[in-house]
Amino acid sequence: MDAYITKIKAISERLLKDGTVEAVIGFREGTMPMMSEPCFIKSSDDVKDLVWNANCRINLANYLTNRKEKIAIVAKGCDSRNIVNHIIENKIKRDQLFIIGVPCKGMNDKNTGALQDNCGTCTHRNPVIYDELVGDLVVEQTGVDKYADVKKVEAMSTDEKWAFFEDMYSTCTRCYACRNACPLCYCPTCFVDESKPQWVGKATDPIDVRTYHFLRAYHCAGRCTDCGSCEAACPQNIKVRQLTKKLEKDCAELFGWEAGLTLDKRPPLDTFNVDDPNDFIK
Amino acid sequence: MMKVINIDKQKWAGGVESLSKSYRLFGPMKEDDSHNFKELKKGELPDLAYGNTKLSPKSTVFPPSEAMFTYTLDESKPDHHILQDVKKDYSPRAVLGMRPCDAKAVSLVRMNFDTPEYRDPYWMDAYEATTFVGLACDAPCSTCFCTSTGCGPFNEEGLDVLLVDNGNAYIAKALTEKGEKLLAAAGFADKGDDAAVATKKAAAEAKITAKIETDKLSEKVIMDLYDAPFWADIAFSCINCCTCTYACPTCWCFDIQDENKGNEGVRMRNWDSCMTPLFTMHGSGHNPRDKKPQRVRQRFMHKLKYFVDKYQKGIMCVGCGRCVQQCPVNIDIRTVSKTMNDYVAKC
Repeated sequence: MDAYITKIKAISERLLKDGTVEAVIGFREGTMPMMSEPCFIKSSDDVKDLVWNANCRINLANYLTNRKEKIAIVAKGCDSRNIVNHIIENKIKRDQLFIIGVPCKGMNDKNTGALQDNCGTCTHRNPVIYDELVGDLVVEQTGVDKYADVKKVEAMSTDEKWAFFEDMYSTCTRCYACRNACPLCYCPTCFVDESKPQWVGKATDPIDVRTYHFLRAYHCAGRCTDCGSCEAACPQNIKVRQLTKKLEKDCAELFGWEAGLTLDKRPPLDTFNVDDPNDFIK
Repeated sequence: MMKVINIDKQKWAGGVESLSKSYRLFGPMKEDDSHNFKELKKGELPDLAYGNTKLSPKSTVFPPSEAMFTYTLDESKPDHHILQDVKKDYSPRAVLGMRPCDAKAVSLVRMNFDTPEYRDPYWMDAYEATTFVGLACDAPCSTCFCTSTGCGPFNEEGLDVLLVDNGNAYIAKALTEKGEKLLAAAGFADKGDDAAVATKKAAAEAKITAKIETDKLSEKVIMDLYDAPFWADIAFSCINCCTCTYACPTCWCFDIQDENKGNEGVRMRNWDSCMTPLFTMHGSGHNPRDKKPQRVRQRFMHKLKYFVDKYQKGIMCVGCGRCVQQCPVNIDIRTVSKTMNDYVAKC
């Protein structure tokens, strides 16, 4: 970690000084234990504020949406995959970016300090796209069961599933931290905020709460990198990845797809293939 | 003269049971890894072994969602398009074991809902029906900074009764007539004395080391702070979720929504948040606060400057620390207030 931050600072300082970029997006020290704060460094004098530690869990790709400057961004594996998504979805241009790649060994859970759930099953710790690395690539995890928790829900009866999700979302306040921490959720107006027509009620009615979560998850299908920002952001500690992971699993099984690995392929849900496994689309 | 009652903890459950006959009771209950205020079911006791609840008890008088009116759009009915009041239960209720910071917050929020010009019927009816029973804080959290907000772990403002844990008993200070009535209804009548309170209070206050700095802010004219150069930096990490505003005991903003199903409808009022662009979206499509730094600035300026200037009653923050604890990106009102305060000091 120490070696990483020395390198992050050196690269950032160089890029800001020589004018390659106008700003660096990274993390600075938080005020709370087990927290770091995303920051936007514009001057080489402020590079000293940058930190790198196991609390840099928020996905920084979220801060790139529609930016116009030339930017350097500190990116661990999942951030880099969301940068790929962003480039594919025209939210940022590759030539605007200098990606400072960070081979990642996992982030810590903000509550327990243990390895975050998603990091435990991550198979893309190394950045998939970068301009400079801050350390040697790490060995990727193999033989992990990424979907053990999803399979548990899949095996439930309809009634059990209903009870499971009813309980899971019972504490949701609709603060939308999960949506807003997600790099995929950049719609100018989210469907839950639309009023003409109004798709979803805005009260805390459990049906509306669940509709929000289910629909948001579907909007992330084939795009989600399981970065875990949604869960890290949730103040109620709701396991919102249950749904996005199910769709990630479906995309892997139906289309052999993992999101954000390459700039050369369109994601399965915005392309058509005559070999599509679903009959309804043929 | 304020009454002091000694409540033997052995008698607590029986007292709560007696209260439940004439009050709807709300109290902190543990759910998963945290506590929140819930309406107590018959036989349930509030779980008073808690630091602070994840959400403030403001929901007991200001629910996240509440129906105000119903209506029908069916023109064959005589009362179509006429709003009908929704009948509410404003029978006596009591909040048991709330923290003094949250009680002070209720009295701050009242300034908004109870003015010489307007009386918000829903908030005020619920408020007037409620007896607030506080529990003094012996073990403040590291994020607590109530002592620098004009509040404190043993603060009495906004409470009808203050309970102080004294080992095998609670020292109960009846602070209002409402409070005395509640203690009587519970059957708590043993005369007590509050000699032990001062030491406990000093000990609790000494544990609070975090503080908010706002002393210079009232000196500065609004526009100087409004145009200060630091807002973009403070706002950068903000994801504009509603975590801080929903957790905050002093945030009172709401939205009004009509929910129709066929020809039948309900007019709801729901918590709203100045963090969202939708909050200020005009019908015309114009949005005076369409940028993130404007919204972040609004939250801090409202709490630390506009409110101060308008009411001259201090800041609209009681130092509960919930926003600090729960912010997904660690925006910290203590740091922000210091940035604002230092800026004024330098000018």
